[in-house]
Amino acid sequence: MYIKYTYPFLSLIALLIIFFFVNISLGSVSIPTLEIFKSLVGNIENESWQYIIQNYRLPKAFTAILVGSGLGISGLLMQTLFRNPLAGPFVLGISSGASLGVALVILGSGLFGGVFASVLTSKWSIVVAASLGSFLVLLAVMIVSSRVRDTMAILIIGLMFGSITSAVVSVLSYFSSAEELQQYVFWGFGSLGNLSWNELLIFFLIYTAGIVMTISSIKGLNTLLLGENYAKSLGLNLKQSRLIIIIATSLLAGTITAFAGPIAFIGLAIPHMTRQVFHTSNHKILLPAVFLFGGIVMLICDSIAQLPTSDYTLPINAITSLIGAPVVIWLLTRKRKMFF
Amino acid sequence: MTEAQQHIVLETKNLSVGYTSKKGANVIANSINISLHKGQLVGLVGANGIGKSTLLRTLTTVQKPLQGDIYINSKSIMEYTTVELAKQLSLVLTEQIASKNLSVFELVALGRQPYTNWVGNLSDTDLEIIEQAFQYTNISALRDKKCYALSDGQLQKVMIARALAQDTDLIILDEPTTHLDMYHKAYILKLLQKLAKETGKTILFSSHEIDLAIQLCDAMIVMSSTEVISGTPCQLISNGTFNTLFPEDLIAFDQTTGRFTVNK
Repeated sequence: MYIKYTYPFLSLIALLIIFFFVNISLGSVSIPTLEIFKSLVGNIENESWQYIIQNYRLPKAFTAILVGSGLGISGLLMQTLFRNPLAGPFVLGISSGASLGVALVILGSGLFGGVFASVLTSKWSIVVAASLGSFLVLLAVMIVSSRVRDTMAILIIGLMFGSITSAVVSVLSYFSSAEELQQYVFWGFGSLGNLSWNELLIFFLIYTAGIVMTISSIKGLNTLLLGENYAKSLGLNLKQSRLIIIIATSLLAGTITAFAGPIAFIGLAIPHMTRQVFHTSNHKILLPAVFLFGGIVMLICDSIAQLPTSDYTLPINAITSLIGAPVVIWLLTRKRKMFF
Repeated sequence: MTEAQQHIVLETKNLSVGYTSKKGANVIANSINISLHKGQLVGLVGANGIGKSTLLRTLTTVQKPLQGDIYINSKSIMEYTTVELAKQLSLVLTEQIASKNLSVFELVALGRQPYTNWVGNLSDTDLEIIEQAFQYTNISALRDKKCYALSDGQLQKVMIARALAQDTDLIILDEPTTHLDMYHKAYILKLLQKLAKETGKTILFSSHEIDLAIQLCDAMIVMSSTEVISGTPCQLISNGTFNTLFPEDLIAFDQTTGRFTVNK
């Protein structure tokens, strides 16, 4: 019964590989395609090209795949869990939570002063702050959603968290220095290119933990498509499944925001694009499909952000919004057909 | 009656249902002693707000009983784990399913969840039982349709097929005929009667279609403000139980025709 999905999957895998190569071929330094292939097998003469590809472009391309697929999957999890086609890490305020954590660390560090400040603004403290922030917001959303049955209210609460974040950021920025402000603004642009191989490894390990938890929830996710009462009557342990899905989501969305900044719309738009292509809600199909789709779209967005043949790099967050926002509008205007 | 038919699938002992709040227990109905036998179609009737839903919610473990015990196949429902209970009792609820993007086959196949492995793969046995559910409910033509493309009557048949695929001794349906036209009301209840007979499953449903229930059910449970009485439709008619169902100023039960008529 899964045979009809063979061709779409093969095409997606092919596209992922193609855009992976396109992505590492592009950049401010132009490197001939043949040399790119050579560098991948490890025999290239030009050492600076080798360095650029190995330490900059390859980790960036891998980061793009992890970010795109991870955000897509966390969006899918939330849409199923909250029974709402508009759920996603950005809409539910999880990215705002991460931003708030980072704002407190970068902008608030001035308030602590001295040696403490330099410890606080290190890369790892930003990662921890973003993860904590997103986890706390997701927890808050979860507590509210267990009391408020209305899923619309949950989305509004997500928006409110966004407002609180920007308010706190305004207050903090009033008191912080220009350098701190710049650091925060640049973090907010989102960036895929700042990760060393070591950081990428840690990112990958946490990401894998989130994915493993997601895969273990496939059956529960499919049962939840019927609604919670039916799911319980089919023998699903609701509390446990819900907790696993929540932790998987905050691991994925939290670490991604921590390492790559708040990247908008990917989490919301990718699952919908995938459903348009695969015409199914079965998570056994959707999960791998969202993984591939998310990776491809993120590689494309990053390639565009490189502004091929120029020296400039656009903020990745702007590109994903430019692509994601129209998708959301398109979904809303076709509301009759909006499913999850 | 053969021995198989005498086997009691659902039994309540001195059950009282209702809600507990800070002020104390709000008892909706008490001293409920009912026993449903294998292969019976049982209708639960009563006026609006009399507590049919509360009773069904208690029988399906959505809420706790205030007092008394409920047994499924002679084992207290409190002693079942969720998965074990899912193999004994399946439900058709009034609420809409969360995602209508499922295909009819996928929806019916979800009924096999209590039996499938960790990722939900269907075995040959699972496929066979799903196929039977399709046959019994006569929905094979709908197999690949999406749930959002179905009419209310079709969707109800699909939900019944899903409950059948769960392969439980007891199926409980909460008002399966609301929102349906007269033909489909009769169709669904007739289908339930056929299923109880052919599959030997015990089917309990709540309904406002008293006329139809009298004609089709093996037994009925009548809830009035004072008591909960069960028996065969004939017994209940001759005991005059249906007369107590509603205030008598507007409609009255005619014992000879087995119907309610409007007072003129």
